Amino acid sequence: MNGREMPVTVDVASLLAVENVSLSFGGVKALSDVSFDIRRGEIRAIIGPNGAGKTSMLNCINGFYHPTQGSITFNGERRRRMRPSAAAAGGIARTFQNVALFKGMSTLDNIMTGRSLKMHSGFFWQLLRHGPALKEETAHRRVVEDIIDFLEIQHIRRIPVGKLPYGLQKRVELGRALAMEPQLLLLDEPMAGMNLEEKEDMSRFILDVNQHFGTTIALIEHDMGVVMDLSDRVVVLEYGRKIADGTPQEVKRDERVVAAYLGLAHEGDQA
Amino acid sequence: MAVTAREDTFPKLIALNAQVRPARTAFRHKDFGIWQSWTWRDVHENVRAYAAGLQTLGLARGDKLAILGANRPRLYWSMAAAQWLGAIPIPVYADSVADEIAYVLAHAEVTHAVVQDQEQVDKLLSVIDQVPTLVHILYDKDRGLRDYDHTRLHALDTVIEAGRERCRQTDILSSVEAECRKGSGSDLAIILYTSGTTGRPKGVMLTHDNVIKAAEIGCSFDNLTDTDEILAYLPIAWVGDHIFSYAQGILAGFCVNCPESPETVAEDRREIGSTYVFAPPRVFENLLTLTMVRMEDASALKRQMFAYFLALANRVGERILNGDKEVSAWDRGLYGIGNALVYGPLRNRFGFTRIKVGYTAGEAIGPELFRFYRSIGVNLKQLYGQTEAAIYVTMHPDGEIRADTVGRPAPQVEIRIDENGEVLYRSPGVFVGYYKDPQKTAETKTSDGFVRSGDAGFFDPDGHLKIIDRAKDVGRLGDGSLFPPKYIENKLKFYANIKEAVAFGDKRDAVACFINIDLVAVGNWAERNDVTYASYQELAGHPLVYDLIARHVDEVNRSLADEPGMGGAQIHRFLILHKELDADDGELTRTQKVRRGFIAERYATLIAALYDGTQDADVATEVTFEDGRKGTISARVHIRDMTLYPVTATRLESAA
Repeated sequence: MNGREMPVTVDVASLLAVENVSLSFGGVKALSDVSFDIRRGEIRAIIGPNGAGKTSMLNCINGFYHPTQGSITFNGERRRRMRPSAAAAGGIARTFQNVALFKGMSTLDNIMTGRSLKMHSGFFWQLLRHGPALKEETAHRRVVEDIIDFLEIQHIRRIPVGKLPYGLQKRVELGRALAMEPQLLLLDEPMAGMNLEEKEDMSRFILDVNQHFGTTIALIEHDMGVVMDLSDRVVVLEYGRKIADGTPQEVKRDERVVAAYLGLAHEGDQA
Repeated sequence: MAVTAREDTFPKLIALNAQVRPARTAFRHKDFGIWQSWTWRDVHENVRAYAAGLQTLGLARGDKLAILGANRPRLYWSMAAAQWLGAIPIPVYADSVADEIAYVLAHAEVTHAVVQDQEQVDKLLSVIDQVPTLVHILYDKDRGLRDYDHTRLHALDTVIEAGRERCRQTDILSSVEAECRKGSGSDLAIILYTSGTTGRPKGVMLTHDNVIKAAEIGCSFDNLTDTDEILAYLPIAWVGDHIFSYAQGILAGFCVNCPESPETVAEDRREIGSTYVFAPPRVFENLLTLTMVRMEDASALKRQMFAYFLALANRVGERILNGDKEVSAWDRGLYGIGNALVYGPLRNRFGFTRIKVGYTAGEAIGPELFRFYRSIGVNLKQLYGQTEAAIYVTMHPDGEIRADTVGRPAPQVEIRIDENGEVLYRSPGVFVGYYKDPQKTAETKTSDGFVRSGDAGFFDPDGHLKIIDRAKDVGRLGDGSLFPPKYIENKLKFYANIKEAVAFGDKRDAVACFINIDLVAVGNWAERNDVTYASYQELAGHPLVYDLIARHVDEVNRSLADEPGMGGAQIHRFLILHKELDADDGELTRTQKVRRGFIAERYATLIAALYDGTQDADVATEVTFEDGRKGTISARVHIRDMTLYPVTATRLESAA
């Protein structure tokens, strides 16, 4: 994939900064006063027990939820309210906890939808699939084929995704997010429901995406082994609050994390 | 039409092709969803540049270059580039575990290795301490390799590009060209390591003369020309692929097509419509099983049409293909309709629309399977070959195709059968010797140049060779009757529900066997018969599955009872194994043949149970996952007794 190098800016440190973000639904506080940052080129994990506010946090980042307080700065631009489409156009792509693909469409077409924000030829030409529309489609198809090759899903190119096993659907969803050529990729439990081999494959793809395209990645994951192996830094949430932030090693040693996440109650019964 | 090579090495032949047919497509590779192609001119230029690049990495005459990966044009060019410099390419089975690869590389003393991608790079790096001679590793695909230490690691493209740059200087170009001219037909062209059912792999040394002569035999026999197309999808380390996809492609100048990925082979073959097909029986079997499974889901009308025309094809199809004049005009007419409605679409589905000739080898093919393909108009033949012969030993001439023989001796091949039934052959393709193993060479090659095939067989009255089994495997039961394990296993494996079988009985009182069910076929059957299961193990142990398999075993027993000399080899008891036999666990060879001795050792408790009359046996087996970790599977396996048929046929004396 050529010509997809990250734009080098002076501000190399953080791509995204979350400052004092709180979010409540009526009386329920999903997030309270959370601050952390995501540096360019890193893999950042967000972990925490069920209901800790991890997905809410991702939803705030890509503009699906609007924080009741606090601000999010992406690429040096501070914002409070933003629509998901604007976030996508700005370079944030994501995958979902439950696969959200067009089940009746083929793998190829699903990934092509990831390019739709970058297509500019008019409705009329697209309808005719002629002239500028055809030229544009060819160019985008090239990018999509790169991704298909990268994710090793050539054999399912023409198969409707609804027919695919879950592990492959997850891979197609990652492909669609990659098709947006995002600066920041948000992965919500990319390994949920996978067997060991599929997890290993997915881990390899995440590392390769990070290395090969230089994409910054924020991921939510429950498998602690995966988190510790993949991520550069980890932020830990509990009941909507941040309780720890640091490298996997630091976080692993943090007493509050051990108590909250790994569970003190289980101490002693090492199965 | 006899094909004769006009040059004596493969690099020279490539140069010749670049002159004779410069614009004809030589290689295609489906990449990024598109068939990328290279003409003979391109290939010649690339191989030359590649050789010049390898020179700067120190590859010289007599050095060994290992090649590890799937069928990709650049890996085939690696063979040619090595040969250009007088180095010897050593293709290695890409799915081998790291230790097996380390053994071959260390034994061959390779200095350079060309691999496909990161997976193979990792494999090599993990065993690099065991291969002290290895200096440089080249890779084709760079994904994930950016942060690796590149002091000994090189991108293949960079090497070719550097070589191209060097070739711009006329003095270097002429010295590179001179390297190619230095080669001669008596030079070693390749060392192919055979997977071997016992012991460590052996390196079969073949010269350019050997490989070119063998390729000539095949090209002449089937009139292959530069308009033919082949799909290269079998392991590049296997002699068959080397002859068909490399040697004959270069000799005849036809196009070699490389699939996009191993999973897309069927689709890619359909797109290419290859004219020349080579596949082990397993591939033909899978195609047919998939079709049959899909037909079960078709509408009633389609199923009826399918059944009617298949029955017709079964009756007259093969006779029409063989040019039988006695088929009635009415049947011919019906066959024509069937061809439009069923056979044509089927062939198209299989990618056999343009097929001129198809070969199957490696294992015996079921007669029903063989007849099926022939009856729908696919000119499928059998071939019997060995790495040591640069493949060709016997083959079916057109019009003399029979499912139960492997055909007549190939042109220029002499065959004799020695007193204990072993087949010996001599041909221009016969190998020089095993690399660094004169003792094994002497055991295999006789003083007059014949090679012991290790297979027991005999010529039938029509002059066709029949192979019974490995000579050393043919045993005797306690009562002295003949026990050919593979013969029995093959009979069992002809049933779609049985994937693998292992028979025991040598020096015992009766024959007993292990069976592996075919998960696709039996799984489909289970779905249709409301048999629920959660795992392979549970399905394998299901009483109804046992009933299903017992019916197959019963049919095999009946046919054994009817055959001369085989009546004593009826199966007394069998069990269904709780796990699939796997090459990673050492139970199969890399070419998927069962390693009977190893299996007997590993499952000794089960064999004991087969012979001591118990109904159930417990077993725990260690399994190796693809990443090298180990785990244990334990199970309780049931044993089923069979009733035997009275022997009707006479005993066959001295068959083996």
